[in-house]
Amino acid sequence: MKSFLQAITSLRFSAKITFSVLILGLWLLMVLAVPFMDLHPNEIVLEKILHSADLQSVSGFGFLGYDDLGRALFDRLIVGAYTSFTVTFGVIFISLLIGTLIGVISGYAGGHWDHFIIRVIDVFMAFPGILLAIALAGLMGPGITNVIIALSIVSWVGYARLSRAQVMAIKQREHVQSAKALGASHARIIVWHILPLIMAPLLIEFTFGVASVIIAEAGLSFLGLGVQAPEASWGSMIRDGSQYLLMAPHMVLVPGIALMLVVLAVNMLGDAVRDKLDVKAAQ
Amino acid sequence: MSSKAMLNYILSRLVSALFVILGVVFIVFMLIHMVPGDPVEVMLGESATSIDREALRHSLGLDKPLWQQFYLFLHGLIHFDLGHSLHSKQAISDIISARIAPTVELAMASLLVALVIAFPLGIIAALKKDQFADAAAMSFSLLGVSIPNFLMGPLLILFFSVLLGWLPVSGKSGVTSLVLPALTLGSALAAVLSRMIRASILEVLNEDYIRTAQAKGLSRARIIGLHALRNAMLPVITLIGLQIGALLAGAVITEIVFSWPGIGQLTIESIQKRDYPVVQACILLISITYVVVNTLTDIVYGLLDPRIRLG
Repeated sequence: MKSFLQAITSLRFSAKITFSVLILGLWLLMVLAVPFMDLHPNEIVLEKILHSADLQSVSGFGFLGYDDLGRALFDRLIVGAYTSFTVTFGVIFISLLIGTLIGVISGYAGGHWDHFIIRVIDVFMAFPGILLAIALAGLMGPGITNVIIALSIVSWVGYARLSRAQVMAIKQREHVQSAKALGASHARIIVWHILPLIMAPLLIEFTFGVASVIIAEAGLSFLGLGVQAPEASWGSMIRDGSQYLLMAPHMVLVPGIALMLVVLAVNMLGDAVRDKLDVKAAQ
Repeated sequence: MSSKAMLNYILSRLVSALFVILGVVFIVFMLIHMVPGDPVEVMLGESATSIDREALRHSLGLDKPLWQQFYLFLHGLIHFDLGHSLHSKQAISDIISARIAPTVELAMASLLVALVIAFPLGIIAALKKDQFADAAAMSFSLLGVSIPNFLMGPLLILFFSVLLGWLPVSGKSGVTSLVLPALTLGSALAAVLSRMIRASILEVLNEDYIRTAQAKGLSRARIIGLHALRNAMLPVITLIGLQIGALLAGAVITEIVFSWPGIGQLTIESIQKRDYPVVQACILLISITYVVVNTLTDIVYGLLDPRIRLG
């Protein structure tokens, strides 16, 4: 646990990390600012349809241009950031909790239960990428709750598999054996002697997990399986924009660059954390 | 290795693949029960008569107990009878078989693009580790990982079709229409593969036999070409096999971006039409292909590397 904390605190603020923290901070700021801003993401301004940057805009937020219905892209970008964050937070929270719980218990208990779980994990891993989420979201119908459910059903597996493998290796170690010999309860052994040691690999999985959930949510919304129109998501904004590439490329570029920067920032942070913690055994 | 051990290894891989496929079939079968409310009503719409509803319920077997439904689903699958589309009434096997070729074409072209980009990038990055070329190659790779297909597609269209006017925007007409979809799907794969190739070569370069080769005074080209690359390629083959799945899943989105008439487009179209039996069939086809490719990769890797099958 100590070395884990040391590694985190000793992350040097290189250019890459500064960039990541800045972008992610901005993302978070956009999300937190939503209730305090006078946003009109669904307000239609007919004379502004497909207009690009409008620096003289009196209404304040016109500087990123307007979409095919005359809605301000800035307002929709902020609401999209909120959508993206809500889904990511929900999915990661649910799948990290359920996945780690199942994985830790399975790896610790072993036997038939573990055998069954590993089969279940194998089956879920057999669906490539977000294919299962596409099917689930498609059949359950659009909406932010269904997106969170669909992506959680897909995402828990990664955490379960990783934590199971980690626990399998750690439970053989001497400190766990001696705790057992001293009569410690299973719960105590798991919480005090095993969990702290699997934090580092889980943190790395978590970081890259954030990137893939952000992309998956935008992907589902791009396919029309995410949030319901007229709600905004970066993915649905990209889809709307791709119909107007010739006349209004800013409709794709604005949400596209935002999405790319956030994912890039998360991936860079993940790389930095992985290099620092260097948990090759986890892979 | 004795042929008996080899046979055992292959058999054990096949048996576990069979279990996985059975599980996949079960989950895809259960999908129809994830539809909120009455799936029959959702599929037919509110205006359908109760006679039509009962007819569909009966033909999909939804009026039977769950285990019987699953048995019928499995039975149909084994006989390649996937039922009929609710929308066009055509046999689903016919609808799907018309869409396989475009997807395979796209996947193959993308794989080619990915390999052509990833190998030089990964090899240069490994050989020039911690130098400018390495940093540049890996930044490119990181950027590639961070740009999803549904963004890369429109960006490529914007550049090559709208600004330069070189290539068609979408649809499937001749070789030129394949370029942008393959580039979209291939570049994402290239980004992942180039990192793996770099890591694999770096690992091999630390091995004793490379030091031996250096000590023998062999040329650098010879060491890299004959000793390092050959050994580094073994794990890379597995990784490429595993990435076929990402390719298939990515194809769904890429096909939508470019209106490419493959399985992915069929999946999304069928979701929109609420033609759920067709959706189920598409998901099954893609996932089972993925399992089969992974199993074959596993077997080939095991046959090539004795440490795996004996370990």
